[in-house]
Order: sequence, then C-alpha cells, then structure tokens
Amino acid sequence: MKRLLQIEFIKLWNNRSSKLLIVAYFSFILLIALVTSIKIDWGPLKFNVADIGIFNFPYIWHFNTFMVAFLKVFLAIVIVSMISNEYSNKTIKQNLIDGLSKKEFIASKFLTIVVLAAASTLFVFLVSLILGLMHSNYNEFSIIFSDLEYLAAYFVKLLGFFSFCFFVGMLIKRSAFALGFVFIWFMAVEFIPWIYLTSKYSKDFADSIYRFFPFGSFWNTISEPFTRLSVIQNAARQVGEEISKDYTVHGFQLLIVLAWTAVFIYLSYALLKKRDL
Amino acid sequence: METILTVSNLTKKFGALTAVKDLSFTIEKGNVYGILGPNGSGKSTTLGIVLNVVNKTSGSFRWFEGKTSTHQALKKVGAIIERPNFYPYMSALQNLKLVCRIKEVPESRIQEKLELVGLWDRRDSKFRTYSLGMKQRLAIASALLNDPEILILDEPTNGLDPQGIHQIRVLIKKIAAQGTTILLASHLLDEVEKVCTHVVILRKGHNLYTGKVDGMLASHGFFELKARDNKALKAFLEKQGSFSHFTEENGLLTAYLEEPLESDRLNTLCFENGMALLHLVKRKESLEEQFLAITARQEAATGKTENL
Repeated sequence: MKRLLQIEFIKLWNNRSSKLLIVAYFSFILLIALVTSIKIDWGPLKFNVADIGIFNFPYIWHFNTFMVAFLKVFLAIVIVSMISNEYSNKTIKQNLIDGLSKKEFIASKFLTIVVLAAASTLFVFLVSLILGLMHSNYNEFSIIFSDLEYLAAYFVKLLGFFSFCFFVGMLIKRSAFALGFVFIWFMAVEFIPWIYLTSKYSKDFADSIYRFFPFGSFWNTISEPFTRLSVIQNAARQVGEEISKDYTVHGFQLLIVLAWTAVFIYLSYALLKKRDL
Repeated sequence: METILTVSNLTKKFGALTAVKDLSFTIEKGNVYGILGPNGSGKSTTLGIVLNVVNKTSGSFRWFEGKTSTHQALKKVGAIIERPNFYPYMSALQNLKLVCRIKEVPESRIQEKLELVGLWDRRDSKFRTYSLGMKQRLAIASALLNDPEILILDEPTNGLDPQGIHQIRVLIKKIAAQGTTILLASHLLDEVEKVCTHVVILRKGHNLYTGKVDGMLASHGFFELKARDNKALKAFLEKQGSFSHFTEENGLLTAYLEEPLESDRLNTLCFENGMALLHLVKRKESLEEQFLAITARQEAATGKTENL
C-alpha cells in the first residue's frame, strides 16, 4: 500500500500544474477562513462576520464543511488530469509492462483519492477548530467536539465526488472532455430534471428521487446550514414563517454515496481490464 | 534449457480483423530472437498480449513455465513497446525512480544503467527535452533496471537517424553479449540478421517460420561464379548434378545448391574439367532473400495473389 501511494505521489508531486492546484486548494480554504474572520471597522461601517454566529461551536462544523465542499472542484481537476495524463503519455501502458497489475494501478489512484479526501477533511477540521477557538461564544470541551459527524459526511462526500471524476476520467481519457462530461451530467441528468420535478410536484418528491443519483447523493450528505442560523430564523419568524428542518447527517445517505464510490471504482477497474491499451 | 516464454495457439481479433492467428512459439534462455514481419503483421499485438496490455481472444501464454502470475513475471522482464513512454514533465532520474518503485528494485542501479546508455550527464533534464534517440536510450536503461531475464524491444530503431540507429544496435549487441535473452521485433531484415540467432516470421497474423536464422530454408547456400565462357560452365554444372537452378546476371552465374558442396571441391572439379574460374564466392541467402522466398511460398500455397 505504501509502495502504491509512493508511486502515485511521485507522479503527482512532480507535475507542476497538479502541485499548483493542490497548493491553491488548501490556500483557498485558509484564505476564506482568514477573510471571514476579519472585523470590518471603517468608522460608521462596522461589520463582524463572527457576530452572526457562524463560528460558534458546534455550528461551525456544519457551516464550514458545507461551504468548503464547493472548493472540491479544484481537486476534481487534479484527479481527472492524473488519469488523462496516463493515457495521453501512454504511461499507463508502460506502468503495466513494467509490472504493475491493473488492480494495483486502480488501487494506487484510489488510495490517492482517499488520501486527498482525508487531507482535506483534516484541514477543514483544523481550520474550523482554530476559527472556532478564536471566535466561538461556547468553548466547553463537550460542545466543541459535538456534531463531528459533519466531518465524516464531508469526507464521504468528497470521496464519492472524486470517485465519480476518477471513473469519468477513465471512461473519457481526456481531461477537458471528462470535466465537460461531469458538468453536463450534473446539469442535464441531475440539476435541470430536479428543478423540473420540484416545480411540477414538490421539492420533497424531487429530493426523494435525486438522493439516489450521484450528485444528488453527494449534495444530500450535508444539508444547507443557512436557515439554521438564528439571524435567519428570527427574520423568518418576523414574516410569520417557522423554519423547521432536519439538519442532521443521515447514515443511510452516506451509505448511498459509499455505494456509488464502490460502483465507480469497480467500473473503472472493469473498464481497464477490458480495454486494449 | 530454461524456457522463458511459451506462446500457444494465440489468437487476437479486433472486430472483424484477425491481428494474430493461432500463433505458437517458445523463447529459450540465452538466445537472441527476432520477430520479423511487415508493418501490420501482428508483431506489436503479440508483444502487447504477452505483456498484459492487450487482451487475447483465445489461446494462452506462460511466462517462466507458469511459476508466477503475469504481472509478477513482468518484473523480471524489460520491455519497450513502440515508443518510449515516460512522464514528460519529469527528469530522467525521476522517471527511473518511479520505475524502480514499480519493479521493486533498489534505486542504486539507476546510475549504472544511465551510464551504460550514455545519459548520466543529462539525468536532471526533463524527458520532454530529449531527442528521440535519447528517449529510446532512456527506455532501454529503464527496461534494464531490474537486470531482466529477457529484454523485449519493439522496433527500437524506428524513426532514428543513422547515428541513433548505430548507437542502439551497439547497445543491443553489448547487452546480448552479457547473456541477456533478447526478443527484437522489427520489420527491418538486416537489423534482425545482424543481431538475432533465432527468428519468428509473421505475416498477417500467421506464423510462417520459427527457428534458427540459419535453418530458415534448409538451404545449402549458393555460388557466384564467373568463367571465360559462362555457357560452358553452366552446361558443365548442370551435368554435375549438385545444383537445383541457375540465374545469370551481369555476367555473373549464380548456382543454387541442392546438396552440400564446399568451394574448394567445386574449384578443383572445374579446373580438372578444363574450366578456370575468374570469380568464385560461396554465400548463404540473406535473411531478406529468405524472407521473400518464404512469403512467396506461403502465397503460392494459399493460392493468393497479393501485392506487398
């Protein structure tokens, strides 16, 4: 396992654009954290994001995992190009000739995906922890470390999404086309039909179907955190609306994503096995 | 003798096209083999199958008498197919370090192999800055990293300039001299003739011949002769009976042997019969002539008239 990771690490880390994207990804997380924690104090204009309460434990776990997940597109580019590069340079062929089995090839890529998702999760954990310790109104140990299932959901969400990108990369072999395919899939197969179903029937009905689709299942791992903020809830109450929503992480939803992950990895392997290189 | 690779009844179809048809041969340790055939005869496909990158349609192959799985066996093989494939953004050294990880061999061998192919000074240059000749030499260094039992080279001199071709051939001979078994696929006959001891001849996926280069036609060779009166010489030799047929070109009589006959014996015979020779050379058919003869025979046998 260590050998397979080392192999992939050499390929990835010596590639300038991949390295740049990975560094940019983690810097972005940090940058956003810094920007949001700045207190704006320009004479009459006073604004402090922390006052809204987004940095309060345990809400911060929910908010940060939800927001940072959007940045996963950066790593999607890395993952798709790490597959397509192998095809365009024909190094996948040479790797196999040199004695890597097809199973090992897939395993080395999948392990890298797991490591990237885990690293991102750890990073989000640390950044949120620090931000929370700086700004949170509640600092009891038991409160800080409650609701950590959002981090588990975040990890699973990333893993599923990366596996999808991995499979599409294997299927299409060219990074630009593969990323285009991911986007078209998202729009044409999931997002637009979902909007149609929502408008025609109801959001609950559309969700009940799309939670089983790839993107739908990723999306439903972490619910949106905005309406959970007391500011928003108060505002809603003033116009006479009561927001009651289930914000928890559901194990069943994570299982759906993990099932997709298994399907994508297996299909990638089956594809490689069948293909003449 | 130790068998390195056994191929039995291997067939590969790409849709309607049969690239390799019922091919069988074995590779023994210590010999230098050539797989010979025109472009599109199934050479690369055959190598692709035994190297685990192309799926066979039927038949089987076994590495090292079937003692290990194919991908484990490939760690004892060094192979380059068609073009040198490396990561263009990595230096020679980084690429070879990666290959060491894949083959599970120590990195300490890199220097020795890069020096062998004359690239040690350029080890830190990115692969994409290399010339084609250098890329091909790096590929050979990479294939040698595991001190392989067998080195498989597919068209190693394709696209190189004369100097590059020469460097590669010298390198192959050097490696062969060290006792490494070599399998060389090529459409260049003189290349195979210069390096190989055994040959497998393919045409349109068919195996036309497998065996020693010398024994290809079971021929006894031919004489190139010249006398003051070639007609009289020909008449005499026809009567003598050791020859199957004759051709005459530019005043040179070529007599093809039907049975063994040494040149000193022929010289004596001619002289005793009052014919002094101006020119006497005994030769074997070149691989090229043998190849054409074999493919012509095959065409005659199948009754096809195809233009090559």
